[in-house]
Amino acid sequence: MVAETAIAPPVERPPRSAVGPVAWMRDNLFSTWGNTLLTLIGLFIAYQAVAGIVSWGILSATFTGADGSACTREGAGACWPFITAKFAQFMYGRYPGPERWRVDLVYGLALAGLVPLMIPRVPGKFWNAVYVFAVFPVAAYFLLVGGAFGMSHVGTELWGGLLVTLVVATVGITGSFPLGILLALGRRSKMPVVRWVSVGFIELVRGVPLITVLFMASVMLPLFLPPGMTFDKLLRALIGVALFSAAYMAEVVRGGLQAIPRGQFEAAEALGLSYPKRMAFIVLPQALKVVIPGIIGTFIGLFKDTSLVLIIGLFDLLGIVQLNNADQKWFSPTTAMTGYVFAGFIFWAFCFFMSRYSQMIERRLAQGERK
Amino acid sequence: MAVATGERNAVRSAPRAAFFYRPEVRQAIYQVVTVVALAILFYILVTNTADNLRRQNIASGFEFVDRTAGFDVSQSLIAFDNSMTYGRAFFVGLLNTLLVAGLGIVLATILGFVIGIARLSRNWLVARLATVYVETIRNLPLLLQLFFWYFAVLKSLPVPRQSHVLPGGGFLNVRGLYLPSPVPEPGFDVVALAIAIGVAVSIAIHFFARRRQMQTGQRLPVLWISLALIVLVPLGVFLYLGQPLGFDYPELKGFNFQGGMVLQPEFIALLLGLSIYTASFIAEIVRAGIQGVSKGQKEAALAIGLSSGQVLRLVVIPQAMRIIIPPLTSQFLNLTKNSSLGVAIAYPDLVSVWAGTVLNQTGQAVEVILVTMGVYLTLSLLTSGFMNWFNKHMALVER
Repeated sequence: MVAETAIAPPVERPPRSAVGPVAWMRDNLFSTWGNTLLTLIGLFIAYQAVAGIVSWGILSATFTGADGSACTREGAGACWPFITAKFAQFMYGRYPGPERWRVDLVYGLALAGLVPLMIPRVPGKFWNAVYVFAVFPVAAYFLLVGGAFGMSHVGTELWGGLLVTLVVATVGITGSFPLGILLALGRRSKMPVVRWVSVGFIELVRGVPLITVLFMASVMLPLFLPPGMTFDKLLRALIGVALFSAAYMAEVVRGGLQAIPRGQFEAAEALGLSYPKRMAFIVLPQALKVVIPGIIGTFIGLFKDTSLVLIIGLFDLLGIVQLNNADQKWFSPTTAMTGYVFAGFIFWAFCFFMSRYSQMIERRLAQGERK
Repeated sequence: MAVATGERNAVRSAPRAAFFYRPEVRQAIYQVVTVVALAILFYILVTNTADNLRRQNIASGFEFVDRTAGFDVSQSLIAFDNSMTYGRAFFVGLLNTLLVAGLGIVLATILGFVIGIARLSRNWLVARLATVYVETIRNLPLLLQLFFWYFAVLKSLPVPRQSHVLPGGGFLNVRGLYLPSPVPEPGFDVVALAIAIGVAVSIAIHFFARRRQMQTGQRLPVLWISLALIVLVPLGVFLYLGQPLGFDYPELKGFNFQGGMVLQPEFIALLLGLSIYTASFIAEIVRAGIQGVSKGQKEAALAIGLSSGQVLRLVVIPQAMRIIIPPLTSQFLNLTKNSSLGVAIAYPDLVSVWAGTVLNQTGQAVEVILVTMGVYLTLSLLTSGFMNWFNKHMALVER
C-alpha cells in the first residue's frame, strides 16, 4: 500500500480543453452565460466602432479634391484634401512661408536636446539639462521671434497652429516648474507669512477655472499696468498658463517633500548646509524623483489646457482648425469632423506618449525601491 | 591666561552668531521683506487700475447690477428677458452652471463606475474596450471634445422637418432634443405624497435594520423593501387614481416644434462632453480603489460563506469607497470648473453670461472677474467641505 502511493504517476499533459486558444477563450470570454452575453455585446460595440472608423476614414473618405464640393455627397466620409490643403497652416499658422525653416530648426534643436535627456541610459545628463533649460530657450526665442542675426522679425500675431500649442505648453511647463517648487517650499516653510502667502495663492488658483485666469490675464492685466505699457497677447496667455499650472505643480511637489523622511532634513542641517544648499542638494533631488509621474501628469493636463487659449483669441492647433472649419471654400458636411479628428490625433499622440513615458519611469523607480 | 578663560567661556555658552546670522532674525527679515514687497505690488496694481479706470471713464463699484441688461439668454431656469437687470442675468448664468455641473456629476459618476468596473472585468474583451475608452478620452483636450459634439455632431443634425424620431414621442434635430413634458393632473399630488412617504419610511427602515443587525446579526433586505415602498406603492396609487399624469407632446408646426420641452444643443453637447471626459478619470479612480482593497479581504469574506454579490456589496465596495472618495471629490470640482468651457460653444453659463456679455456691455472688468472667481472658489470650498464631511462619515471607525 505504502509503496504504491509513493510511486509518482506518469506526467500527463494537461487535457486539450485546458490549454490553447480554445481554452483561453472559454476562460476569458465564455466562462458563464452572463460572460458570454457580455462578450457578444462587446463584440457588437467593437465591430460597430471599427467598422465605423474604417468606413468613415478610408472606404467612403475623399482623398483628392480642390474644395469642399469634392466631399459633398450622400454618406461621404472624411474630407482628407481639406487637411492636405491646410496642413502648413495647421502647423505654422500665418508664420511667413520663407521663414518657416526657423520653426523647423527649433523643433530639431528641441528634439536633439529632449531625446537624449529622456532616455535614461544616455550619459551626460547635467550638460544635457543645461542645454535644454538654458541654451535652447534663448536660441529658440531668437529663432522664432527673429529681429537679430539678420533674421527678419516675426510678430507673435502671425504665429499659430501646432507652433503656438507647443510654445504655450513648453513655456508653461518650464515656467511653472521652478515656480511650483518655490510655492511648495513656501507652503512648508516655518515662516508664517511666507506659508500663508503660498497657501493663499495655491488654493485661490486651484479653486478657479483656467478660463477665469486667462480672462484675468487678458482683460485685467492691461488695467494693472501703467498706461502706455502693453503686453503681447501671447505673453499674457503664457503668464496666465504658467501661474495656473504652478499651483498644481506645487501640490505635486509638496507630495514629494512630504515623502522625504525627517532624518534627511536633519542630517543635512547637521552637516551645516545652508537652506538653499539643503534643498538643492539633499531634499529636492529625492523629492522630485518620487513625484516624476505626478509632474508628467501635470504636464499632460497643461498640454491639453493649452487649447483654451483660443477663447482669448489666440490660434493654437485647435483654434486654427476651428477657424478653417468655417472656411466657405471647404464647406462640406464632414469638414468639421475631419478637422477635429486630425487635431485630436495630434493632441492624443503627444499626451499618450507622455503618459506611457511616465509609466516607464514609474516602473524604473519601483525597481530601484526593490533592490 | 586670558586666552584660556576665553576658551572656557566659549565652551560654557554656545558661540553666539552675529546678529544677522541668527535664524530667528533672518526669518523675521525675510517675512518683513515679503510683506513689504507684496504691499508695494498691491499698491502699484491698485493705483494703476484706478488710474486706468478713470482714464476710461468707468466708475468702479457694483451700481451696474441694477441696470437693465438689454440682452436675452437662450436658456434660463428662472424667468428672464431683456428688460431685467444685470444682477438677474448673473443668477441665470449661475443656475445654468449649477444645472450642467450637477447633472454632469451624476452622469459622469455612473459612467465612470461602470467603466472602472469593466476595466477589472474577467472578460478580456470588456476589459479591453474599457481600456481603449479611458486611454482615448482622457488624452484628448476637453475643449476639442466639446467642439466635436457641438459642431461636428449636433450641428450637423437634420433640420426640424427631417428630424430623427425617437421612441416615446421625442425628436432630435439641429435645434435640439424635443421631449414630451409631463403635465400633472388633479390627483397627482397624492402620488407625490406616496413617494415622499415611501422615502421617509425607507429611511426609518434603514436605521431600524441597522440596529437589528447590531443586536441579532440578521440582515433585512433593505434595498428591496425600499424599492417596493418608493416605486411599487406609488405606482399602485398612480394606477388606482386612473393615471393622473398627462404629457405635452412636441409637434411640428411650420418650421419648428411647439410644445413639450427642449434641450438646447449647447446644453446637450456640454453635458455629454463633461460627463464622457470626467468619466474616464473617475473610471481610473474606481479601478485603483477596487484594486487597493487587499485580496485577503475578499478571500476572507468568501471563506465565511458570503456570496460573491455580498462580498462586493458588504466587503469590497465599502473599503474601496474610502480610497475612491478623496480623488473623486477633486474630479467633481474639476467638472464644475470645466463647465466654464461652455462659453466656447455658447452655452449661457456663468462665464458666458456674466464674464462675457455683462463684462463686454459694462466694461466693469475688475468687479465682474472678481465675482466670477469668488463664485467658483465658493463652489469649490462648499463641495470639498461637504465631501470632507462625507469622507469622515465613511472613514474607518476603529473599535
